[in-house]
Amino acid sequence: MAEEYEDNVDGPVKRFLFVNRKAPYGTVYALESLEVVLISAAFDQDVSLVFMDDGVFQIVKNQDTDGIGIKNFSKTYRALDGYDVEKLYVEKESLEARGLSEDDLLVDVEVLDSKALSDLMDAQDVVITS
Amino acid sequence: MLHLVNKSPFEKNSLSSCLRLAKNGSGILLMEDGVFGALHKTSVTDEVAGRSGDFKFYVLGPDLAARGLSEKPLIDGIEIIDYEGFVDLTTEHDVVNSWL
Amino acid sequence: MKFGILVNEGPYTHQASDSAIQFVTAALKKGHEIVRVFFYHDGVNNSTKFSDPPSDDRNIVNLWSALADKHGVELIVCVAAAMRRGINDDSLAPGFQISGLGQLVEAGMQADRLVVFGD
Repeated sequence: MAEEYEDNVDGPVKRFLFVNRKAPYGTVYALESLEVVLISAAFDQDVSLVFMDDGVFQIVKNQDTDGIGIKNFSKTYRALDGYDVEKLYVEKESLEARGLSEDDLLVDVEVLDSKALSDLMDAQDVVITS
Repeated sequence: MLHLVNKSPFEKNSLSSCLRLAKNGSGILLMEDGVFGALHKTSVTDEVAGRSGDFKFYVLGPDLAARGLSEKPLIDGIEIIDYEGFVDLTTEHDVVNSWL
Repeated sequence: MKFGILVNEGPYTHQASDSAIQFVTAALKKGHEIVRVFFYHDGVNNSTKFSDPPSDDRNIVNLWSALADKHGVELIVCVAAAMRRGINDDSLAPGFQISGLGQLVEAGMQADRLVVFGD
């Protein structure tokens, strides 16, 4: 990304939650919403990501997209902490419903059950779902 | 928090995920194809009606009417609102969360 | 109150644009302020001047341009999403501008409410 930003934007620091509910590659949302996450961090906002429903598939290991001819962007999730985006959450029920465990994931996350995730969502200032 | 559900519960799991994660006391607005979740006597009626003690449900009247549902019985306690009511709802809740 | 609006889908294929237009119109009528409308993903397709729908149905692109013209609503199209989809300055309908994702984040920061319309 080669855009220039005002890095002295005056404004509040808000809690931004990005909700990812869709699988990667079948639609573009996973890729394009990552781009918004990176920009929010550049604006020094308090950014959290949650992966739930089919969104958990965005961060499974061993993605190999050679056969479908689409860019594999999964390593970007591992680079997020370099952008100070460290709060990654996964819904436990979504993982289990899909036969997955934390071991299947390519990045460190905090697994929350629905109740804990509900509390987290309710504490946000801005929620952006793709 | 005000939750917006715009997909049919017979097509997507947006409504059930919303019901699973919305905190008690939230408002839930059914709009666009989400209005089908407001109907009485469907296979999802119990799932929605069962939560009417936890949430305040709203349905966007213009979307109901567009889909020929104005005369159909709805779940008890659901409030039909218009776009101005939608705007008011967003001001009455701190945050708006669209279940896309 | 100040509203930021995010539109994630293009015109006609999804009801998102229509719902957003109805919401913005109602909000303005009630005296609220629209900080900006930001178009992302296929939402950038709301900005094309080449849209030519049948005359017996609404012209979504024109409805957006009219909101910009009559009420000064800022219509921002994400540059990265636009480039992917072949939208550039030469294809923009009146009232639309291309800018970066920072405009979306700023809208989230400055508005009292961010309302997202999509699929």
